[in-house]
Amino acid sequence: MSRTRRPLFPRPSLRFVPVWRRNLRVWRKLMMPSLLGNFGEPVLYLLAFGYGFGRLVGELDGMSYMVFIASGIICSSAMFTASFEGMYSAYTRMAEQNTWLAMLGTPLTLDDIVFAEAVWAATKGLVSAAAILVVASILGLVADARALLALPVVFAAAFTFGSLALVVTSVARSYDFFLYYFTLAVTPMLLLSGVFFPLQEMPGWIQWLALSLPLAHVVEIVRPLMTGTWPTQVALHLAVIVAYGAAALVTATALIHRRLIR
Amino acid sequence: MPATTAMALTSDQADDPDFPDPTMKLHAQPAPSAQDTGVSGSAGTAPAIAMTDLRKVYAGVPVVDGINLSIPPGEFFGLLGPNGAGKTTTLRMLLGLTPIDAGSVRVLGMSIPEQEREVRARLGVVPQFDTLDPDFTVEENLLTYASYFGLSGPGLQQRIEDLLDLANLETRRHARIDTLSGGMKRRLTLARALINRPEVVILDEPTTGLDPQARHHLWRQLRRLRERGVTLVLTTHYMEEAEELCDRIAIIDAGRIIACDSPQALIAAHVEPWVISLNAASARRFIADPSMLPARMLEIADTWLIYTADPAAVRAELESAGLPHATRAAHLEDVFLKLTGHDLRD
Repeated sequence: MSRTRRPLFPRPSLRFVPVWRRNLRVWRKLMMPSLLGNFGEPVLYLLAFGYGFGRLVGELDGMSYMVFIASGIICSSAMFTASFEGMYSAYTRMAEQNTWLAMLGTPLTLDDIVFAEAVWAATKGLVSAAAILVVASILGLVADARALLALPVVFAAAFTFGSLALVVTSVARSYDFFLYYFTLAVTPMLLLSGVFFPLQEMPGWIQWLALSLPLAHVVEIVRPLMTGTWPTQVALHLAVIVAYGAAALVTATALIHRRLIR
Repeated sequence: MPATTAMALTSDQADDPDFPDPTMKLHAQPAPSAQDTGVSGSAGTAPAIAMTDLRKVYAGVPVVDGINLSIPPGEFFGLLGPNGAGKTTTLRMLLGLTPIDAGSVRVLGMSIPEQEREVRARLGVVPQFDTLDPDFTVEENLLTYASYFGLSGPGLQQRIEDLLDLANLETRRHARIDTLSGGMKRRLTLARALINRPEVVILDEPTTGLDPQARHHLWRQLRRLRERGVTLVLTTHYMEEAEELCDRIAIIDAGRIIACDSPQALIAAHVEPWVISLNAASARRFIADPSMLPARMLEIADTWLIYTADPAAVRAELESAGLPHATRAAHLEDVFLKLTGHDLRD
């Protein structure tokens, strides 16, 4: 009989900022290998698929395959970077280095810490997407300045993927556990969400499945912005992304609370 | 708004007499509320820590089973007990890290867990296990930890210099954590816990695994804190440490306080003043019936401990039997073993 029920919704304070800055400070020390992973690898995919595969495919949806895949890879790399941060890195801080435990000796609460981790994952997702956007624009794959509007959307999406990853982290007992999530959730989502090929080519039920997951909605907003048109049904797409993010943050905070405050 | 309550606590520190440095900038300083400003002034009478009928049950097993404790400000208080007695759980409840099943905890007049943020802003914690940030240097660890309290500015830089000096780590300020010895890590952990000039410091087995030199260094630091009026709560497995440092000690077993007093009073109340020890095997050959001795006997491992108020009489018997033995004054470990038994605890 716990007397004090935790409120359902986390109530982070502005104190989350020092936690975010702590992660930033660590990242700055390890920036080169980190950037190489978060940015170099997607750019290689972009070049290899774009030039290699693109020559076979020709045009897709009235654009060159390279242009098509550039917008997809911006979304998928934000997803991968944020997911990775919310799992491997956050798990290290939670279970291996006891970083969160040390923070709980200060005025910080787990609400602050989990929120900071989600914002941090979003930040890394944004950085990786922005770096690819720079490369894409140098390669002439970006239509006009409205592509910049994709960045806040990518940030929101990365927050969602980071929060989802934190849910996985909250129940993980080892690093191996994350392979389940990558194999059963992230990779299928990557293949189904219109990153590498248009969703419209797929059977109806697969389209519905894809649209029930957040990544397809991110692509639906980002791709038009990068190719010089305006996305449609923005409110709907954003609502799905935000709903996933909010639900994941609430769940992750509650589960991490149950795990650490016992 | 939770954000505003979180920020309000920093104003306490600005008003704190132990926080005189105006150059130490705090991130946000809203007007202090009426009840907050009174806390440091009225602390003379109110206990720094008060636990009332505190209980914690894990899977039907009571781990903390009705603890009542009142620790006045400025006291050095020790929690002793075998493994699994409930010491760490009690400390965790004090910090809001373990939900309270029944009873209440108040720290510095504030209620846990409702005001855990405000309480932890004025507390220092030295956890049982190393929680230093391995990605940072010594100095960066202090700086980062300070940021969690909302501390910054030139005052903070001076504070860090003082703490590096206190921990004897000035020359290692740029060292990575994994290059530090166990003693250095502990010193840094204590320095880190003092970054916010806490009124209460909680130490969970702070000297476990340290060599005697490192332990004595830490003891000196803790005594200095005690002299400055900081309230200290310590758990330890080292009886001499508790006897050496603590004003008052609670011995906990199976989640209950079974004795609580000053070390001297505990010894006087629970054991005979003298202890004579001798080898068990040789003792058995000569003393067929230990109950004949005018004293209480305890056999631990291969040693017999004879507790007596009249050591001369016992020694006379042992000497007539030609048994080598040693006499010493009773200490806290004797109380501990008498009260908690000498079965192994896992």
